Amino acid sequence: MKIFQTSIFGAAALAIAFTAQAGDDRAKASAMMKRDFHAKGIAGMDRLNEDGLQALCNRSHNNPPKANAERLQQDQLEAIKYPADGKFLGDWKSGEKIAQGGRGMTWSDKAGQANGGSCYNCHEIGPNETSFGTIGNSLRRFGKTRGNSPQMQKYVFGKIYNAKAFNLCSNMPRFGHSGTLTEKQIKDLVALLLDPDSPVNK
Amino acid sequence: MSSIKLRAVLALSGLALACAAHAQQAAAPKKPAAPAKKAATESKSAISAEFEKFREVMEDASPAELFEAKGEELWKTRRGPKNASLEQCDLGLGPGVIKGAYVRLPRYFADADQVMDAERRIVHCMVTLQGFKAADLGKKPFSSGSGTPDPVSLVTYVAAQSRGMKIAVPQKHPREREAFNVGKEIFDYRAGAWDFSCASCHGEEGKRIRTQDLPNLSTKKGAIAAFQSWPGYRMTGGFMHTLQWRMNDCFRQQRFPEPGYASETIADLLTYMGVNANGHVYKGPGIKR
Repeated sequence: MKIFQTSIFGAAALAIAFTAQAGDDRAKASAMMKRDFHAKGIAGMDRLNEDGLQALCNRSHNNPPKANAERLQQDQLEAIKYPADGKFLGDWKSGEKIAQGGRGMTWSDKAGQANGGSCYNCHEIGPNETSFGTIGNSLRRFGKTRGNSPQMQKYVFGKIYNAKAFNLCSNMPRFGHSGTLTEKQIKDLVALLLDPDSPVNK
Repeated sequence: MSSIKLRAVLALSGLALACAAHAQQAAAPKKPAAPAKKAATESKSAISAEFEKFREVMEDASPAELFEAKGEELWKTRRGPKNASLEQCDLGLGPGVIKGAYVRLPRYFADADQVMDAERRIVHCMVTLQGFKAADLGKKPFSSGSGTPDPVSLVTYVAAQSRGMKIAVPQKHPREREAFNVGKEIFDYRAGAWDFSCASCHGEEGKRIRTQDLPNLSTKKGAIAAFQSWPGYRMTGGFMHTLQWRMNDCFRQQRFPEPGYASETIADLLTYMGVNANGHVYKGPGIKR
């Protein structure tokens, strides 16, 4: 019994020690980067500061405690700016161009230019583009399999605007929240995925 | 003209021909208006396979050798305000020992009280032995249309002297172990406009960006692939690049601000990656797509 208790205490102490060590290394990493990096072009030093969501994902290996995740996810959801005109479907042809474009937010990009969504970097989308990445899931026939009800349109708009409102530590950038894409651009991407005429649904 | 230079020049002219052939092959499958997605995807991987074959053929006489030769000359020539060569530079195995040094870097150097990767150490030697200014060397540290910076050629030369040797990045000194741990934290650190960390792209098996395969650098297999790839002559653009460039351009695409050239941040990241690659035989500088 005593041995059992000791080993439990030992394990707990070890777990705490490990966590403390990781926190220590993380603090060193963060301080080191703030010392070693410099602002360049549009990429300012403020980008090294974690926001609340990033901090939680970083500290939990992208697997945050459920209660915290839900609360933060709710904050993200409430901050989504849906279109004032209540319309979500834009022009899928323009959406295809935005999905192809990879420009935006790096230190070599200019302020004020139209950004792309880099969508094909990670997703299979339309049938005519065979150079697509696999970090995200395939979006082929997205609308065909899910329909394009108003609820679905709103969901897709929200997901592109802020993927973290639906999955807190998702790999996907928050395209609306970060100011990468405009409301109109996001509408065009919604159309690319949901418009029955879009090649995605052929 | 030394035989190595001659070989490199021959390799370059051969490369031009091979590139032209490769380009034709690459263009060919595009002609039929690929109706079926599957067929087109297959032709893409056929291009990849084609490039792999091409690389195997070319690596016996790689354009990297040209930079290796230039690096050797730079290493042995008296240069800088102190008019000294780099032959007394200690890369971790004692002054002047180059053979096997690259596969044992990054490591802790007591004289600088820092963990240093190959390029960071070479820059340190250029400053301390030759009298160059670190700030000047950091101004335009990457190969571009205006030329190949000296440290790039020097790293290529030093790396080539570890060809065929096992990667053995040390973890004996506490600072080396700390560099690994901090490097891992930097690797996993999500921030910036797009919430990316290194791991966003390099933390999972079998992923791609467009058609580019992404090594999972947290695993042995992926770390080996990355360690093996650099320094590399990159076909895109036709420049010789080192790991310093690779780290820099990854942070650009991560939407971060710019990391300092030859900084501790980069040394720690390279320690994390290098230790993960330990045990594998390094084949030397090569060709990149």
